[in-house]
Amino acid sequence: MREFLLRRLLQVVPTVLGLLVLIFVVSRVMPGDPVRLALGPEATRQQIAAYEEKLGLDRPLPSQFGHYVAGLLRGDLGESIRTYRDVRLDIRDFLPATVELVTVALVIAVCLGVPFGIVAAMYPNTWIDNLSRLVAVPGVALPRFWVGILLQVGLAYQLGLFPIVGRAVRAPQTITGLYLLDATLTGDGGALLDAVRHLALPALTLALPTLAQVARLTRAAMIDVLKRPFMLVHAAYGVPPRRLVWRYGLRNGLTSVLTLVGMTYGALIENAFLVEVVFSWPGLSAYGAAAVLAKDFNAVVGVTLVVGLSFVLANVLVDLLYGYVDPRIRHN
Amino acid sequence: MSTPASVTTELPGVLAGDRPRRPARWVRRLLRNPLSMAGTTIVALLVGCALAPGLLAPFPEDAGPSVHFDRAAQPPGPAHWFGTDEVGRDIFSRTVFGARVSLALVVAVLGIAVGVGVPSGLVAGYWHGRWPSTALMRVTDVFLAVPPLALALAVTAAFRPDLGSAMLAISFTWWPWFTRLVYGEVLARREEPYVEAARALGQRDRVILFREILPNVISPVVVKATLDVSFVILLGSSLAFLGVGAQEPTPDWGAMVARGRTFLPGHWWMSTMPGLAIFVAVMGFNLLGDALRDALDVWER
Repeated sequence: MREFLLRRLLQVVPTVLGLLVLIFVVSRVMPGDPVRLALGPEATRQQIAAYEEKLGLDRPLPSQFGHYVAGLLRGDLGESIRTYRDVRLDIRDFLPATVELVTVALVIAVCLGVPFGIVAAMYPNTWIDNLSRLVAVPGVALPRFWVGILLQVGLAYQLGLFPIVGRAVRAPQTITGLYLLDATLTGDGGALLDAVRHLALPALTLALPTLAQVARLTRAAMIDVLKRPFMLVHAAYGVPPRRLVWRYGLRNGLTSVLTLVGMTYGALIENAFLVEVVFSWPGLSAYGAAAVLAKDFNAVVGVTLVVGLSFVLANVLVDLLYGYVDPRIRHN
Repeated sequence: MSTPASVTTELPGVLAGDRPRRPARWVRRLLRNPLSMAGTTIVALLVGCALAPGLLAPFPEDAGPSVHFDRAAQPPGPAHWFGTDEVGRDIFSRTVFGARVSLALVVAVLGIAVGVGVPSGLVAGYWHGRWPSTALMRVTDVFLAVPPLALALAVTAAFRPDLGSAMLAISFTWWPWFTRLVYGEVLARREEPYVEAARALGQRDRVILFREILPNVISPVVVKATLDVSFVILLGSSLAFLGVGAQEPTPDWGAMVARGRTFLPGHWWMSTMPGLAIFVAVMGFNLLGDALRDALDVWER
């Protein structure tokens, strides 16, 4: 298992290096002049030249790349031209809100989607299976920013069940920056309830299309597994049906579900951009979207880097889980 | 030149007797299922809207920057089915014209993605194992490691926000998916007997690649492209919603939702109706894509 883990982690190195090159290319080589954008239209030729020298933009590209990577290794992402703060500090402040949102959405999507898919696969062509298909087909077609707006208007404005925007009225004492966790750790019941009520709609919006997709793919995977001969053998040995499905069937169907969860994570991160904007959620994605509009290159690079890295790591994690679920992969 | 190659061109990897009936069979399979029919109908309507929006929209001039303050912010009714926006433009007409914007984006993005992805995948798969192929596949790995919306957003930061930038940005993130797909298909095909046969007959690589392998790669590419249409529509409208895609007065669905959002909750129709259009369009292409995949029997996701 340890060798498998090491091998998998080594494979990440070229991808991460490539990611750095890609982001560097997007931020430095693409048209659009970061210096002119940073200094504004009034800057003189000398000022531009001086600023280019300061940023190292007058040097050849390979040397610039070295400079950029060296900066990253020191944790230096440069200053934001929008917030006038270190991008690193901005990311540190905004990241926990996104992590909380995406994690809760993932938990909702998996914990509801997988059982739903399994039950639909156990009773194909019954009402519950038809219901799952009826929800799954339109579910994946929902634009999340639109779902968010509908839920916001319906449940928050009209019925007043949830707060309309924001993350909390009263934030709990900061330990991790994850409000649910912090409120629980400090035993602050009021703040916990407040955080849950604020989180409910954004998390649901983010989770809904993914839930539909998870249910649909789990159903397909399980239908495939339930037909295999070993299931018949176990049934012939008298393994009770429920145990048969949840124990023997699920473990074999789980690899395809895990692949999906890995892909889902990427979908959730990118859709967080939309959901955070709709609900004014003070997260990294909303920060990144604002940075793009303001042409705040250092911030854009920082956010893209964090999103890319976390996506790569999520995929590694999924592969490691494969190894855990399916010993054949571990030894191959 | 009546070489064996021209014979195999007519029978690309399919059983000879099966070939003439094949299109008819998949078309029939496509039309039998009500969901596939629904998908086909929606897509046909959208294409109709995109080709001749002027004929279908009751107020074609509202697609542009026109202003009618006398009928501003009216709720949906018989005169304006989807209501009017804050300057009195008919939202139904703008939604009809929006189909053209969305489909133009789709055609541009998938055109570029297929145009770059298919040749690069063919070459990388056929000369698999040599360093340019390996390097190219590493490059696609990197692209696939960033969620497309995040990458497209970062790319648009370098450009002026408009429809063209959104097209470029999405295309930039999209081609590696096709490279990977074609690469995998070619790897599977290049060992097949008919390729070996062509090689044994002394065919040049170029001929084998384009006459023997390419025709067999087309149907997964078509299915992927169809399934991708809905993702591209969603991505394009998401970029517009975030303000880095198509801009006012372009009747883009995502931009309309974003603009309508500022008039919530009172004038709910301004953002609900264009959002509904995105939903219906995406669902239509999804249904058609699923149906095509089943009918052409390519692969299960």
